[in-house]
Amino acid sequence: MAPAPEIGVAINSDQDIVLARQKGRAKAVELGFSSGDATLIATAISELARNIVAYAGKGRITLKVVNGLNRQGISVIASDDGPGIPDIRQALRDGFSTSGSLGLGLPGVRRLMDEFEITSQPGRGTTVVVKKWRP
Amino acid sequence: MEVPILKQGEYLIATFQAALSDADLNQLRSGLVQQVVKLRSRGVIVDVTAMDVMDSFASRTLREIAHMIRLRGAVTVIVGIQPEVAFAMVQLGLTLEDVATALDLEEGLAYLNQKFKNTH
Repeated sequence: MAPAPEIGVAINSDQDIVLARQKGRAKAVELGFSSGDATLIATAISELARNIVAYAGKGRITLKVVNGLNRQGISVIASDDGPGIPDIRQALRDGFSTSGSLGLGLPGVRRLMDEFEITSQPGRGTTVVVKKWRP
Repeated sequence: MEVPILKQGEYLIATFQAALSDADLNQLRSGLVQQVVKLRSRGVIVDVTAMDVMDSFASRTLREIAHMIRLRGAVTVIVGIQPEVAFAMVQLGLTLEDVATALDLEEGLAYLNQKFKNTH
Protein backbone atom coordinates (compact mmCIF):
# COMPACT_ATOMS: atom_id res chain seq x y z
CA MET A 1 0.00 0.00 0.00
CA ALA A 2 1.40 3.38 -0.96
CA PRO A 3 1.88 5.74 1.98
CA ALA A 4 -0.59 8.59 2.34
CA PRO A 5 0.73 11.48 0.25
CA GLU A 6 -0.47 14.08 2.68
CA ILE A 7 -1.11 14.28 6.42
CA GLY A 8 -2.99 17.15 8.00
CA VAL A 9 -3.04 18.04 11.68
CA ALA A 10 -5.42 20.67 12.99
CA ILE A 11 -3.66 22.94 15.46
CA ASN A 12 -5.97 24.24 18.17
CA SER A 13 -4.00 23.85 21.39
CA ASP A 14 -0.58 23.08 22.80
CA GLN A 15 -1.45 19.36 22.79
CA ASP A 16 -1.73 19.52 19.00
CA ILE A 17 1.83 20.88 18.81
CA VAL A 18 3.11 17.60 20.27
CA LEU A 19 0.86 15.56 17.96
CA ALA A 20 2.01 17.46 14.85
CA ARG A 21 5.70 17.05 15.58
CA GLN A 22 5.27 13.35 16.38
CA LYS A 23 3.49 12.78 13.06
CA GLY A 24 6.20 14.78 11.30
CA ARG A 25 8.96 12.72 12.85
CA ALA A 26 7.20 9.46 11.92
CA LYS A 27 6.72 10.64 8.35
CA ALA A 28 10.38 11.73 8.09
CA VAL A 29 11.61 8.36 9.35
CA GLU A 30 9.25 6.58 6.96
CA LEU A 31 10.78 8.60 4.10
CA GLY A 32 14.24 7.43 5.10
CA PHE A 33 15.53 10.50 6.94
CA SER A 34 18.09 9.80 9.66
CA SER A 35 16.88 10.13 13.21
CA GLY A 36 18.96 13.30 13.53
CA ASP A 37 17.25 14.90 10.55
CA ALA A 38 13.88 13.69 11.81
CA THR A 39 14.56 15.55 15.06
CA LEU A 40 15.39 18.74 13.13
CA ILE A 41 12.13 18.40 11.20
CA ALA A 42 10.14 17.69 14.38
CA THR A 43 11.71 20.73 16.05
CA ALA A 44 10.81 22.96 13.10
CA ILE A 45 7.21 21.67 13.20
CA SER A 46 7.06 22.36 16.93
CA GLU A 47 8.11 25.99 16.42
CA LEU A 48 5.75 26.54 13.49
CA ALA A 49 2.81 24.97 15.32
CA ARG A 50 3.60 27.07 18.37
CA ASN A 51 3.51 30.24 16.27
CA ILE A 52 0.02 29.22 15.12
CA VAL A 53 -1.19 28.75 18.71
CA ALA A 54 0.51 31.93 19.94
CA TYR A 55 -0.44 34.32 17.15
CA ALA A 56 -3.48 32.90 15.37
CA GLY A 57 -5.07 30.60 17.95
CA LYS A 58 -5.73 27.89 15.42
CA GLY A 59 -4.52 26.67 12.07
CA ARG A 60 -3.17 23.64 10.34
CA ILE A 61 0.06 21.75 9.78
CA THR A 62 0.19 19.75 6.55
CA LEU A 63 2.96 17.27 5.81
CA LYS A 64 3.67 16.35 2.20
CA VAL A 65 6.13 14.20 0.37
CA VAL A 66 7.93 16.23 -2.29
CA ASN A 67 9.82 14.87 -5.25
CA GLY A 68 12.71 16.73 -6.79
CA LEU A 69 14.76 15.83 -9.83
CA ASN A 70 16.76 13.10 -8.18
CA ARG A 71 15.65 13.40 -4.66
CA GLN A 72 12.80 13.14 -2.27
CA GLY A 73 11.96 15.28 0.68
CA ILE A 74 9.34 16.41 3.11
CA SER A 75 7.41 19.63 3.02
CA VAL A 76 5.75 21.14 6.06
CA ILE A 77 3.03 23.71 5.51
CA ALA A 78 1.91 25.76 8.49
CA SER A 79 -1.13 27.84 7.68
CA ASP A 80 -3.52 29.97 9.67
CA ASP A 81 -6.19 32.63 9.19
CA GLY A 82 -4.79 34.74 11.97
CA PRO A 83 -3.81 38.40 12.08
CA GLY A 84 -0.88 37.96 9.70
CA ILE A 85 2.59 39.45 10.02
CA PRO A 86 2.83 43.16 9.23
CA ASP A 87 6.60 43.16 8.74
CA ILE A 88 7.98 39.83 7.56
CA ARG A 89 11.57 41.04 7.39
CA GLN A 90 11.42 42.01 11.03
CA ALA A 91 9.84 38.66 11.95
CA LEU A 92 12.73 36.86 10.28
CA ARG A 93 15.30 38.65 12.38
CA ASP A 94 16.79 36.77 15.33
CA GLY A 95 15.47 37.97 18.64
CA PHE A 96 12.27 39.54 17.38
CA SER A 97 8.96 38.56 18.96
CA THR A 98 5.62 40.14 19.64
CA SER A 99 4.07 37.29 21.62
CA GLY A 100 6.48 37.44 24.54
CA SER A 101 8.13 34.20 23.47
CA LEU A 102 11.80 33.81 22.69
CA GLY A 103 11.45 35.31 19.26
CA LEU A 104 13.79 33.01 17.49
CA GLY A 105 11.04 30.90 16.02
CA LEU A 106 11.18 31.83 12.34
CA PRO A 107 14.90 32.42 11.82
CA GLY A 108 15.59 29.25 13.80
CA VAL A 109 13.17 27.23 11.67
CA ARG A 110 14.89 28.59 8.58
CA ARG A 111 18.20 27.22 9.83
CA LEU A 112 16.72 23.81 10.64
CA MET A 113 15.34 23.26 7.15
CA ASP A 114 16.67 23.47 3.56
CA GLU A 115 13.99 25.70 2.07
CA PHE A 116 11.83 28.34 3.66
CA GLU A 117 8.99 30.37 2.22
CA ILE A 118 6.58 32.66 3.98
CA THR A 119 3.54 34.53 2.79
CA SER A 120 1.45 36.66 5.05
CA GLN A 121 -1.34 39.12 4.59
CA PRO A 122 -2.33 41.37 7.47
CA GLY A 123 -5.83 40.41 8.57
CA ARG A 124 -5.85 37.32 6.35
CA GLY A 125 -3.33 34.93 7.80
CA THR A 126 0.09 33.43 7.36
CA THR A 127 1.44 30.43 5.50
CA VAL A 128 4.93 29.10 6.03
CA VAL A 129 6.24 26.34 3.77
CA VAL A 130 9.49 24.62 4.70
CA LYS A 131 11.21 21.71 3.01
CA LYS A 132 13.96 19.34 3.85
CA TRP A 133 15.57 17.08 1.25
CA ARG A 134 16.85 13.65 2.07
CA PRO A 135 20.61 13.58 1.61
CA MET B 1 0.33 14.21 32.07
CA GLU B 2 1.70 14.89 35.51
CA VAL B 3 5.48 14.67 35.84
CA PRO B 4 6.43 12.66 38.92
CA ILE B 5 8.85 14.41 41.26
CA LEU B 6 10.84 12.05 43.46
CA LYS B 7 12.55 13.03 46.67
CA GLN B 8 16.01 11.61 47.16
CA GLY B 9 17.48 12.96 50.38
CA GLU B 10 18.17 16.66 49.88
CA TYR B 11 17.54 16.39 46.16
CA LEU B 12 14.48 16.28 43.93
CA ILE B 13 14.41 14.28 40.73
CA ALA B 14 11.87 14.96 38.00
CA THR B 15 11.69 12.41 35.25
CA PHE B 16 9.09 11.65 32.61
CA GLN B 17 8.44 8.93 30.06
CA ALA B 18 6.80 10.81 27.20
CA ALA B 19 6.90 14.05 25.26
CA LEU B 20 5.67 17.03 27.25
CA SER B 21 3.17 19.61 26.08
CA ASP B 22 3.48 23.27 27.04
CA ALA B 23 0.90 22.74 29.79
CA ASP B 24 2.92 19.80 31.17
CA LEU B 25 6.07 21.94 31.22
CA ASN B 26 4.28 24.75 33.05
CA GLN B 27 2.96 22.25 35.56
CA LEU B 28 6.47 20.83 36.01
CA ARG B 29 7.79 24.32 36.69
CA SER B 30 5.25 25.16 39.38
CA GLY B 31 5.42 21.65 40.89
CA LEU B 32 9.20 21.73 41.20
CA VAL B 33 9.36 25.20 42.68
CA GLN B 34 6.65 24.30 45.23
CA GLN B 35 8.41 21.10 46.24
CA VAL B 36 11.80 22.81 46.56
CA VAL B 37 10.25 25.28 48.99
CA LYS B 38 8.24 22.68 50.89
CA LEU B 39 11.02 20.12 51.26
CA ARG B 40 13.89 22.62 51.55
CA SER B 41 15.71 20.77 48.79
CA ARG B 42 19.22 21.82 47.86
CA GLY B 43 19.46 20.24 44.46
CA VAL B 44 17.11 19.43 41.59
CA ILE B 45 17.68 17.09 38.67
CA VAL B 46 15.43 17.29 35.63
CA ASP B 47 15.87 14.22 33.45
CA VAL B 48 14.89 15.09 29.86
CA THR B 49 16.00 11.79 28.29
CA ALA B 50 12.46 11.13 27.02
CA MET B 51 12.08 14.56 25.47
CA ASP B 52 11.65 14.18 21.70
CA VAL B 53 12.15 17.84 20.91
CA MET B 54 13.56 20.79 22.81
CA ASP B 55 12.05 23.84 21.19
CA SER B 56 12.14 27.47 22.27
CA PHE B 57 9.32 27.03 24.78
CA ALA B 58 10.79 23.94 26.44
CA SER B 59 14.26 25.42 26.77
CA ARG B 60 12.89 28.70 28.09
CA THR B 61 10.83 26.84 30.69
CA LEU B 62 13.84 24.78 31.81
CA ARG B 63 15.90 27.94 32.13
CA GLU B 64 13.15 29.56 34.17
CA ILE B 65 12.99 26.52 36.44
CA ALA B 66 16.75 26.69 37.02
CA HIS B 67 16.66 30.43 37.72
CA MET B 68 13.72 30.23 40.12
CA ILE B 69 15.32 27.39 42.00
CA ARG B 70 18.61 29.25 42.18
CA LEU B 71 16.80 32.15 43.84
CA ARG B 72 15.84 29.66 46.53
CA GLY B 73 19.53 28.88 47.00
CA ALA B 74 19.30 25.47 45.39
CA VAL B 75 20.95 24.09 42.25
CA THR B 76 19.34 22.57 39.14
CA VAL B 77 20.98 20.14 36.76
CA ILE B 78 19.40 19.17 33.44
CA VAL B 79 20.41 15.65 32.45
CA GLY B 80 19.87 13.39 29.46
CA ILE B 81 19.66 15.81 26.52
CA GLN B 82 19.92 13.43 23.56
CA PRO B 83 22.65 14.17 20.96
CA GLU B 84 20.11 14.78 18.19
CA VAL B 85 18.08 17.07 20.39
CA ALA B 86 21.24 18.99 21.29
CA PHE B 87 22.10 19.35 17.59
CA ALA B 88 18.63 20.69 16.78
CA MET B 89 18.81 23.11 19.73
CA VAL B 90 22.06 24.60 18.46
CA GLN B 91 20.66 24.95 14.93
CA LEU B 92 17.61 26.65 16.33
CA GLY B 93 19.81 29.04 18.30
CA LEU B 94 18.84 27.77 21.73
CA THR B 95 21.29 27.56 24.56
CA LEU B 96 20.86 26.60 28.16
CA GLU B 97 23.50 29.09 29.17
CA ASP B 98 24.12 29.34 32.88
CA VAL B 99 22.13 26.14 33.53
CA ALA B 100 24.14 23.13 34.63
CA THR B 101 23.83 20.04 32.41
CA ALA B 102 25.13 16.52 32.81
CA LEU B 103 25.17 13.37 30.72
CA ASP B 104 22.75 11.30 32.76
CA LEU B 105 21.18 10.89 36.18
CA GLU B 106 24.32 9.40 37.68
CA GLU B 107 26.52 12.27 36.49
CA GLY B 108 23.89 14.75 37.63
CA LEU B 109 23.93 13.29 41.14
CA ALA B 110 27.74 13.34 41.11
CA TYR B 111 27.65 17.03 40.13
CA LEU B 112 25.33 17.91 43.01
CA ASN B 113 27.33 15.83 45.50
CA GLN B 114 30.51 17.58 44.39
CA LYS B 115 28.82 20.95 44.71
CA PHE B 116 27.66 20.32 48.26
CA LYS B 117 30.45 18.16 49.63
CA ASN B 118 32.17 20.97 51.54
CA THR B 119 29.05 22.33 53.13
CA HIS B 120 27.93 19.22 55.02
